[in-house]
Order: sequence, then C-alpha cells, then structure tokens
Amino acid sequence: MTTRLVGQKVPRVEDQRFLRGGGKYVDDVLVGATTLHAAVLRSPHAHARVVEIDVEDVLDVEGVHLVWTYEDLADAAVMPATMAEPLPLLIPHPALTHGRTQYALAKDEVNYVGEAVAFVVASDRYVAEDALARIRVTYDFLPPVVGVDAARAATNLVHDDVPGNVGARLEQTVGDAPAAIAAAPHRLALDLTVERSACMPLEGRGTVARWDPDSGRLTMWTSTQTASGVRAAVAVKLGLDLGQVDVLTPDTGGGFGVKINHPWPEELLVPMAAKVLGRPVKFTEDRREHFISSAHERGQVQHVEVGFDDDGRLLGLDVEFWHDHGAYTPYGLIVPIITSTQLLGPYKPGAYRVVFESLYTNTVMVTPYRGAGRPQGVYAMERTMDAIAAYLGKDRTEVRAVNFIQPDEFPYDHQMVFQDGRPLVYDSGDYPQSLEKIKALVGWDEFTAVRDAARAEGRTVGIGLACYVEGTGVGPYEGAHVHVETSGKVKVATGLTTQGQGHATVFAQLVADELGCRFEDVEVVTGDTRRMPYSVGTFASRAAVMSGSAIHLAAKRAKEKALRIAADALEADEGDLEIVDGIVSVRGAPGSSISLGTVAVLSNPLRYAFDEASKAATQFTVGDPGRPPVAEDDEPGLEGKDFYSPERSTFASGMHAVIVETDPETCEIRILKYAVVHDCGHLLNPMIVEGQVHGGVAQGIGGALYERMEYDESGQLLNASFMDFLMPYVTEVPDGIDIDHLETPSPLNPLGIKGAGEAGVIPSAAVFASAIEDAEGFPITAMPISPSDLFALRQQHAAGASGAPDPSRPSDPSDQEDR
Amino acid sequence: MKPAPVAYARPTSLTEALELLAGTPDAKVLAGGQSLVPLLNMRLAAPTLLVDINRLPGLDHVMAAPDGVHVGALARHSAVLADAAARRTQPLLADALSHVAHATIRNRGTTVGSIVHADAAAEMPAVLAVLDGHVEVASVRGRRRIEARDLVVGPLQSSLEHDEVALEACFPALDARAGTAFTEISRRQGDYALCGVAAVVMLDEDGAVASARCGYLAVHETPAVVDLPALVGARGPLGDDVVTAASDLALGVLDVEGDIHGTAAYRRHLVRVLTARALRTAYDDAATRTTTRTTAPTPTTGGTA
Ligand SMILES: Cc1cc2nc3c(=O)[nH]c(=O)nc-3n(C[C@H](O)[C@H](O)[C@H](O)COP(=O)(O)OP(=O)(O)OC[C@H]3O[C@@H](n4cnc5c(N)ncnc54)[C@H](O)[C@@H]3O)c2cc1C
Repeated sequence: MTTRLVGQKVPRVEDQRFLRGGGKYVDDVLVGATTLHAAVLRSPHAHARVVEIDVEDVLDVEGVHLVWTYEDLADAAVMPATMAEPLPLLIPHPALTHGRTQYALAKDEVNYVGEAVAFVVASDRYVAEDALARIRVTYDFLPPVVGVDAARAATNLVHDDVPGNVGARLEQTVGDAPAAIAAAPHRLALDLTVERSACMPLEGRGTVARWDPDSGRLTMWTSTQTASGVRAAVAVKLGLDLGQVDVLTPDTGGGFGVKINHPWPEELLVPMAAKVLGRPVKFTEDRREHFISSAHERGQVQHVEVGFDDDGRLLGLDVEFWHDHGAYTPYGLIVPIITSTQLLGPYKPGAYRVVFESLYTNTVMVTPYRGAGRPQGVYAMERTMDAIAAYLGKDRTEVRAVNFIQPDEFPYDHQMVFQDGRPLVYDSGDYPQSLEKIKALVGWDEFTAVRDAARAEGRTVGIGLACYVEGTGVGPYEGAHVHVETSGKVKVATGLTTQGQGHATVFAQLVADELGCRFEDVEVVTGDTRRMPYSVGTFASRAAVMSGSAIHLAAKRAKEKALRIAADALEADEGDLEIVDGIVSVRGAPGSSISLGTVAVLSNPLRYAFDEASKAATQFTVGDPGRPPVAEDDEPGLEGKDFYSPERSTFASGMHAVIVETDPETCEIRILKYAVVHDCGHLLNPMIVEGQVHGGVAQGIGGALYERMEYDESGQLLNASFMDFLMPYVTEVPDGIDIDHLETPSPLNPLGIKGAGEAGVIPSAAVFASAIEDAEGFPITAMPISPSDLFALRQQHAAGASGAPDPSRPSDPSDQEDR
Repeated sequence: MKPAPVAYARPTSLTEALELLAGTPDAKVLAGGQSLVPLLNMRLAAPTLLVDINRLPGLDHVMAAPDGVHVGALARHSAVLADAAARRTQPLLADALSHVAHATIRNRGTTVGSIVHADAAAEMPAVLAVLDGHVEVASVRGRRRIEARDLVVGPLQSSLEHDEVALEACFPALDARAGTAFTEISRRQGDYALCGVAAVVMLDEDGAVASARCGYLAVHETPAVVDLPALVGARGPLGDDVVTAASDLALGVLDVEGDIHGTAAYRRHLVRVLTARALRTAYDDAATRTTTRTTAPTPTTGGTA
C-alpha cells in the first residue's frame, strides 16, 4: 500500500519552474515581431467632461497601426454595437439601485484619474507611448469627489443621475438592535476608519489576442482569475459565438482579487484590435497603470453601537458603515455585503442591525481584494470587543469567549443573507478550542509579566488578538475532467485559474489518492476554456473546496470505469481489485494485474492500431461480437468528469495574536511575535496552507502598518509607485510566524475541507490595532497606522490627558446626548 | 513606462565623453542608472543623448589615502562599502552606505552618481557635506574642484555644469581625536530616510568637545550641515540639556517639510531624537578612539573597559 498523499507536506511541483525563472506569463506569450503592442491614454483628471479628442498628430507616426477613441467604438462599420455599450455590471443586486460601469473608452466623461480615454496599437510599446503623448484631449473640469466624507456630503456628484452619490443602501436586521441596545446595562459607541489599499500582484494585468481568419477563431491569453468569465464577456461584446473564443491563462503572477473583475477595457480592445488588424496584439500593464486603472479596496468609515451585559455579552449590535466603491460598480455589492455579514465572526451578536451605503467617489473603482470586505468587518467587531473589555476592565479573551458560538450549536443560522444570496449558516467550527490554542501559542496569560518587565526597562510592548470566521468555497459550481492516457499519464483539467497557490500540486495529490495512480503521472491544467469550458473562477478561497471536490469526484468516476474494464480483462470481480501506483491488480494475486495505460487502451475500441499497445484494442482482438463495442450507457476513453455544487459556503475560522513594541521616541512599530491558529477543516497539504497563511500575514502587515492609497483632494493618487506605496519587504515581516492548526471538517463537501487562501490577511488591521492600543494605552480607531500617525496620537493624548475628556475614546452614546 | 526616444553613446575615453557632452546641450551622463533610468521610464526626464560612462577607464577606484577616501565615478556603492581600508580611514562612509537602498541597487548605483544627483534625502551628499569633502569634475574646459558646501544648490540640483563629468569624490579621513555616528529612520529598510543625521564630534586633549557638527538628510531641501558651538567644552555622557541645545540650533536652521510618509511635526521630532542619538554615539566613539590610541599602540576595535 502506498501512503495517502492528502494531508502530507508534498513539495510543490511548480517551484522548480518558478524559482528558476521558468514561469511563462502573459507577456511571455507570442513574443516576436508579428505581435503588435497596445498602450492606453488615461485621464489625468479625476472628474471632467471630455470635450474633444484630437488624434490627428498620431496618425502619421511611423509604427502606429491603430488609434481608437469612443467614437470608433460607436462606429457601426467597424464594431459590433455592443462595443459602444458600458462594460457589464457583473453581479446585479436589487439594492444596487444606481449601479454604473465605465465604457471601454470614456464616453463624454471621465470619473477617475486613470480611466481609459484612447487606445493605440503600434509596432512596440515605446512607439505606442510616444503616440499617446501626441493625442490632445480637451477636458472641461468638474468638481471631484474624493473620500467618504465628500461623497456623503454630496455637495458635488460623481454621476449627475446618482443622487447623494449613493449607489446602494442595504439594511439587514435580526431582532430589534436599537431597542436591545437601549435596554442593555452598558452601551458603547465607536467611530472607526480603514484606509484604501490594493492587491498589487507583481504581475499586473495583461492580455494577448490572436485572431485566426482561416478558422474564424479568437485565441486569447489573459492574466485573469476567471478564464470562462472573460470568454463569455468577450464573445458577447465582440459579437462572436462562444465556440469561436478560447481563453487561456498562462502562469499568473498573483491576483489577490483584482483579476476577478472582467472584462477590463483592454480585454475587449485587444482582441477587437487583433481581429481588425489581423495581427496578434499584446497589452502589458505597467505599474503606474496598475495603481490608477485597476482596482483598490478596503476604504470604509464605520459607526458601531453596542449594548452588553456585565460579562461583556452582546445584547444588541447596530452597525452603520459607508463603503467607498470608487467611480463604478462592476462587481456589485459583494465587498460591503461581506463586511456586513462576516463582521459577526465567531460571535452571537444578540439583536443585529447593519446598514451600509455604497458610495461613489472620483477614484479608482473598488473590487474584492483578498479578504474582500472581511478585514473591515473583523476590524469593526474586534475593536468593539476590545472596547467592551476595556470598559468592563476584563481580559480581552474573556469577553470574546462569552460571546462565542459553541461547538454544539452548529449548524448555526445567523438569519441573514450571505454574499452568494444564500443563508448565512455556519457549518462547523470550534472557537473555544481555537482560543485556547492561540493563548498558549502567543503566551497570552504570561504577557502581563512580560509587559511589566519591559516597562521597567523603559520599553513599550503590547499584545493583540483578533478572531474571524470566513465563508469560503462559494458556489455556484466547479467542474473537473480526469483523462487517463494510454501512456498511463493522467491529465486533469479544471476551469478555474491559478495564481501561484500550488493547485497543480494539491489537485494531483487528490487524483493520485483517489485514482491510485502515481503522483508524478498527474498533470493539472487550469484556466483553459478548451479543456474545461464550464467554470466560475478563483476567488473567495474556493479553489480547493470547489475544484478540489470536483476533481475528487471526477477521479472517482475514472476509477470506477477503470475497475470495470480491468475486471473484464482480468476476469476478476471489481470488488477484489485495487489500484496502486497506476497498476490495477487482484488483491492477493500478484501475477494478475494490468496497468492503467492498458486499461485506457481497452476503454477505446479501435479499428486502427497506431502502436504496439493499441493493437490490444482492435476489432479482431477484443470485444464480444454479440454486443456493441461501446455499450449504450458508456463512452469510449478512460475519463471521468464531474461537477461539484454545494448548497452553501463552508466557514473556515481562525485567530491571530501579535506582540508589538513601539519605540517611545521614534514611534516605530516593531513586531516581536506573530501567532496564528487556523482552521480550514482537513488539511490537504499543510505546507501549502502555511504558505498561504504566511503570505497573507505579510500582506496584512502591509495593510496594517504600511500601505495606503494617498489621494489628494483633486483625486490625484500621490503614491502610484512602489517607491511611495509601501509594500513590506522581507525585512518588515517577522522572521517566523507561529502556526497551529485545528481541523473541524466541513460536512458540506466530500473532503471535509474549507478554504484557506485569504485567511492570513483578514484579521491584520484588527490585531495590530489591538496590540498598539495595548502598548500605548489609548484607543486606535484608524488603520493603517504609521510612526507619524502614532506620533500625532501621542501628542494628542498627551495634550488630552491634562485637559478635557478624550473625544476619541469609545463613549456611552447616552452620555454624549446629555452633553 | 517606456522612455521617450533618446540617442545613446558609450565612449571609451574621457575626452570623447566630454566632447559628446559639450556638443549636446541636453545630454545626460549615465552611470549606474539607478536614479536616472526610473526618471527616463516615467518620462520625467527626456534628454536627447545619454552618455554612458561605464566604459571610461580608470574611474572605478576606491582608494584610502592619508588625506581621505577617494572614490572614482564608477565605484559602486557595494565596492565602497566592502573596502576595509576605506572603512578605517573614514568610518562614517561605510556606516552611512549600509543605509543606502538594498544590495542589488548598491551593486549598480555609484557613490559619485548619488552625490551629484543631489537628492536631499540621500545619504552620500549629506556625508560628504558634513565631512567637508569635495568632488573633482572635468569638462572640455578643464578640471575643477567643487567643495561639498558648494555642490548642492537646490532639490536635485548640483552645481555641475551640464557638460561636466564628476571624476571622483573625496571623503576626508577621520581626525585623530574625532568620532562619528550615522543614524536614520526610514519606513522600510533601505528606503530613503524620513530623517537622518550624520555627526562628527572632535575632542580636545582633555576629552572635552572641541567641535561638533551634524549633517542632516531628508529634513531640508538640500543636505544641511549645522555646526554646534554650544557643545564645545561638554563632556560625556552628554546631558539632555546639551543635546537639546544642539537640536534647537539645528531646528533653527532646518526648514523641515512634511510629506505623505511623515508630517513636518514628526520629522522635527525625529531631528531631536536622532540628533541626540548621533551626538552621543559620536562622542562615545571619539572618546573610545582617543583612549584606545593613548593606551594601546595599535588601534583595535572594541575599545577599553
Ligand atoms: C529602489 C531604490 C532605492 C534607493 N534607495 C536609496 C537610498 O536609500 N539612499 C540613497 O542615497 N539612494 C538610494 N537610491 C539611489 C541610488 O543610490 C542610486 O544609485 C544613486 O542615487 C545614483 O547613482 P547611479 O550611479 O545609479 O546614477 P545614475 O542613475 O546613472 O545617475 C543619476 C544622476 O547623476 C548624474 N550622474 C551620475 N554620475 C555622474 C557623473 N560621474 N558625472 C556627472 N553626472 C553624473 C546622471 O546624469 C543623473 O542625472 C535608491 C535607488 C533605488 C532604485
């Protein structure tokens, strides 16, 4: 018997290639002189009417093949009418009463710095950029709306026909929260903010397209999280049949959410240009473009009111927040809906009311970024937990513990609607045990002594904790195809895409275990619509849950078929067969065996032999002359195909704790220890899960301590480069992250697994706010926080300490009314 | 992010390079490219000609002489940093260089290029200034020497003429009775500083401060040097009153501005914190060196108990 691979730290099959520079990204596709290169003229203004675009000076630049503005998209002689329409609103919602999307090239108005205005295709990118410099656009300036406050004030409007800049207002209630709070023994109110950040994959967006006039087919390579989504959108917009469009994703240098949005303007303009010009066209986004024309996330302003008892038990929770969704809403309300539901974390809120407004601003649009609204929700809830503990003078872990959903309360129904339109029902979890683990891992109970010792030396240290629950593996479905070739090699295809998560490794582990083939013989293909046209995409920590389950089911089907054919060939009972290392044999009868490759040969009745092995399947060699060679309910080939479509999401959870030291003089914030307890059900590959957690924690440290989009009042992004947008280097991330796992299996899928991709980043803002607050002794209500911010807070609190009560402390709302 | 069209020349003699520069008014010298190439790519600079000096002979030296460390125009930051003799002759140089960017950038970027690039947030111009160093430059008109104090005339503006090539920078050797310190705060390791201070403290025969000065980076529009007569006569450990007086002096001279990485108030605060740290370290360094020198015949590291 070989050992099962699932659950083991199998080294990633991808790494040799990636680490040796062997990765092949979109920009590496169709390298050669026939390929033309695109560049996009982007609005330098946050809000303006486009009066006139003069491309006259570009037309005779040598090497320029094409220049398009909106006028060209509207030219029925060249374009299908659909190209002149706004880009799709991908996820409609009844509450999104004023959804707006941009045009592939701006029509009449630009609404953020970076919006696409004109499109040039030239012999190379240098010439294309030279050409852009010659396009003259006359703009009529409109007042820009930047930031949540300006959006709410609505003195100026982003879109004339969107009153109050409000794209959507959505309220969900469970019980009567305001009444429960009014009746509660204790009440607090908090005002919180989180700044904007962004995914920042190291590979930006990119698209290459080739039109084959002979076959009338379009092949497109794009750096996306959804090949099937891009395919559908491109077919519709370019007026092609779905069957004419193939979309492939080569290696993708990170996505983190931004590449789930589609189609980007370039994903339509590039294939359209390839079709019109009859030459391959490539667009490779540069870093500045990525900052100003892809997508951001996180920015929210929140107001929390909470009522609780003497133990800190929540009786009522009333949350209002304002979500800055930027200039357009192609991805609907997913981010704020996730904030409003996942805010609840592992807790029972008592009565709950949450209402958000999703607001337009003249900034880059907002679509999901790893965590997708959860970091903000967790921040609101965990800040509230810390505030309750401070108010009652209790340990922060005790207040959390009294509010936990208990292990015997699953499935736990929150009576709300989740991001997938389905009920928010947690499937499984064990929060008390997680808490015990994280306390032990970080040394929670011993920390008071550590803090006192540090203080005696003039040092300031603090400890923080944050808990989260994450709905993962959302539907609707994924599918898989497993094909055993006559060589014995096993080809696996699933439709969703890969951005470095190690899918080729984990999916091969699943197939090797289920089918009984050798791990080395499995080859996994993702995100190629020729191989698996039915798919949704990679987001919401769903790849392992959705495609993993589908692959498991498809391998099972292939195995069933292999056993059936082998039983025939070996004249044995199916029940007596086993498949080990790709050999089907009769248990206990070592001589009686057949390879999976041979089974594959036999699965396909042949007229023509093409090699030695295939002779075994030809018409004068096998088959019962009394029956059709392929039975009525059968198909030729040793293949298995299946789909997995769960009823609901499965809910992973975890807790992070951090110990920080703040420099009493320079206000620098240093991480002394970072600990993670993580529960994603059964672990398919613990090493990969830990890698995902490490990466998430690093990204979270960026979001909590370094990164923010600095817009000025006119809507210019001041730090649109890696010099000024501070992603943490390895030197800013702790040398080690302590991880402990808990495995509470999901009852919803055959593998008992939950998603793990986003978890590492979710509680970061919350956990750092908690620790810095602990170190400094005053409330932290705005994240991220820099040394300069901390300095300002210290000044303010030093001044406040000698004067009036501190206005930024969480306060009893009824107190405030009395004043 | 592709540069505008630009001609490129890679001369193999200085004369040829100087003639090319003299012949094209908006030509630019290309050394390590670590500052210039990003500017070209973002089209913030669009010269018509790049004169790549990397093939010029005899300019990659790092030479520790009795008068100081001579750094040729093609010596990379990493070569200067690794040079043990240079470190002995003027320890401030290596101390500061370890804060310049990251290893990959130090492998390409030149120390002289950094100096003539004249970024007020860069370490090397401030170090050259606080040490009263100088730069040797050449043009078709001949050679001249520019003193550090005359080198940086504004933000990213040096006093080199457009057709001049800097051949060498000279960092004076550490005086027998002097000590140095370099300290800075940056957001991430290797980033340009929010505030940085280079200090040189000289002691008299009796171990009291004979002179003290600090060089500041990132808190003034040019690298600023502040002489600190208030410290003369002070003895270690330097008291709070002494270092406060020093930072008062410095803040009187510096025009500190805020940016997205730190407010002006925070940076002024850092001027105080870092001035104190740098002066105390430099004083101790000077004291250690002086004692070591008088009690032991050969200089060693570690000092005396
Ligand atoms: C990511 C990153 C981080 C960095 N961090 C820091 C940092 O923390 N601190 C720091 O000080 N620097 C930093 N730098 C800049 C780095 O030190 C550069 O190497 C240096 O500023 C310029 O040296 P160079 O040889 O690359 O010059 P180039 O980029 O080739 O040239 C810079 C300018 O100087 C001129 N020039 C260069 N050499 C000569 C010469 N011999 N004669 C006349 N003119 C000349 C050029 O014409 C150009 O105008 C960083 C750079 C990067 C890319």
